[in-house]
Order: sequence, then structure tokens, then C-alpha cells
Amino acid sequence: MLIQVLLLVFFLFALIKVFIRWRAGDLSLPGLIGWTIFWVAAAVVALLPNSTAQLAKIVGIGRGADLVVYVALAGLFFLIFKLMVKIEQMNKDITKLTRKISLDENVIARSEATKQSP
Amino acid sequence: MLYIIVPAYNEAKNIGRVIGELFEIRIPQIDNGLTRMTVVVVDDGSTDNTAQAAQAAGAIVLKHEINRGQGAALQTGNEYALANGAGYAVHFDADGQFNPADITEALAVMKDKNADVLLGSRFLDNRSQIPWTKKYIILPVARLVNRFLTGLKLTDAHNGFRILSRRALEKINISQDRMAHNSEIVRQIKKHNLSFAEHPVQVEYFEYGQGVGGGLKIIQELFTAKLFK
Repeated sequence: MLIQVLLLVFFLFALIKVFIRWRAGDLSLPGLIGWTIFWVAAAVVALLPNSTAQLAKIVGIGRGADLVVYVALAGLFFLIFKLMVKIEQMNKDITKLTRKISLDENVIARSEATKQSP
Repeated sequence: MLYIIVPAYNEAKNIGRVIGELFEIRIPQIDNGLTRMTVVVVDDGSTDNTAQAAQAAGAIVLKHEINRGQGAALQTGNEYALANGAGYAVHFDADGQFNPADITEALAVMKDKNADVLLGSRFLDNRSQIPWTKKYIILPVARLVNRFLTGLKLTDAHNGFRILSRRALEKINISQDRMAHNSEIVRQIKKHNLSFAEHPVQVEYFEYGQGVGGGLKIIQELFTAKLFK
């Protein structure tokens, strides 16, 4: 089916991106492994859609595709939550840094002023 | 030493006049050393000449390279005051909406009541001409929300005028960078068991201020902070 081909091409593209990011040092080794497993698993599910049916039956969902959607949605929302927390922390860190620079600059300016005055 | 902390963002037009008026006030002899006053302007990443104007008017200028919000600027001022031997620190707006003369009286009241924190209130006298939508709709709601979130019953939902004693400066740490810092300070007053007093202040409205959208944003910031704690 065409959708399978398109998905596989996209997953391959994502995998290559993951690898490039790892090579560039933007992604840690655990990150590389995690994302590789994720995209390979996605490719397996795309190639063998029925592979999720068994799992779906165990957890009590009718179709395998539904299971994938539910898990993906839950995962996405959790990821968004983690990102929001991270952004909040970064904002606080940026403020601390900005504050430190402004206080330090004042100290430097004052010590220069006292050096010049006598 | 008394520190007057003025957070300013693009206030080049008003800042000189505000600082000039601040230097004219009389400081009561509260305890040893409180006859000297320093005005500290925290320029919060202004793109105009706020810093130069403040410096020319005689203030010490701390410069945030990028805009971090009023709460962040106040905390920078607090830390500066604390590191430089402040006995008291006044939080004062840069746009000239407060009356500098209120500081003198407020300091005396603080001493009288032996309070760690003094919070200005627009409702304890009738000098402030508050727009009616604010007075009867927005502020009562804000007071309720604040009471619910902070646990302190106040006559006003914070207008930004406050005085912190050295003890309060040591205890209070503003982590809310934007406008939710007002409620955060009140919450910390309760948390650290600081004594506080309210005192009437005059607020002149040049612009409407926060408005409903701003108020909702503050509530959202506070809830986010509670959630992520």
C-alpha cells in the first residue's frame, strides 16, 4: 500500500536525522538508542499492521491501529508536559544568568570608578 | 540604608521625573542608618534610553541584557539591596503612578507596627481614582483568587507598592518572573510568617493597567507554578 511506502520513507528520513544529530553531538547515546528503537518499531508496525492486534486484544482494545493511536497520543501529551517543564526551568535559568550579569557588571563598574577617583 | 527599587522597561520618558521626585522625599529616622537613600533602577532590557535617563537622574542602574519581566527585575533589585546593606527596600513603579510622599508615611507605619512587610492598598482611602470596572469587578475577583491562592486576606489585590524590611528581603525570593510575582510575595509572607501591614497609597491611572486578559494570565502563571512545583 502506498501509505506504507510513504510512512517507511518518512521513518527512514527520521532515522537519518537522528543519526546526523547524534554525529553532531546534539543527541546523547541513550537518545540515539531510544529514538532508533522508536522509529524502527514504528516501521515494523507500518510494515506489519497486524503485529499490534495481539497486544490490542490483551489490553482490551478492538483494533491494533487504535492501540497505536492511544499510546501515541498519551506519549505526545506527556512529551509536551516534559517540554513545558523544561522550558520553565530554562526560563528561570536565563533569568538567574541575566541577574548575575547585571549584578556583576555593577560591581565591575563600581570598582573601576573607585580606581579612577583617587 | 533605604533602597528604592524601580523596575523599568522602556520608561525613558518618565524615569527621570520619577527619580527626581523620589530624591525629594524625606526619610524618617527609623533605625540606625536609615537617613540615607539610594534609588536603584533595574532596566529590564529596555530598547530606549531608560538606563541613561536613570543614571543622569542620579540612580544606580542595574541592567538586564534581555527583558525578564517585572518580578525578575524586582528580585535583582532585592539582591542588590541585600548585598549592599539595605535596612529597607521599597518597590516603586517607574511610570509615575505612585505618589513618592506615601513612602515617608508608610515607613513610619512600618516602624510603628513593627511590620516586616508593608503593602500599599488603594482601598484604605479614596485618593486613587480607580476605573469602576476595575474597582467593582476585576479587583474583587482578583482579591478572592489571591485569597484562595495565598491564604492572606488583604484589602487590595496588590498594586506593586510595598516595603520590605531586611528580614523580609532575606526570606522572600521572587521566582515568578512576570506579573504573578505579586501573589507570590503575599504567599511567601504567609509561608515565612512575616508580619505585615497595609497602608493607603495613591495610584494614578494613566493607562488601564493589567485588564482582564492580564489578570487571567496571572492566574494561569500561578497555577502553572503550583503545578510544576
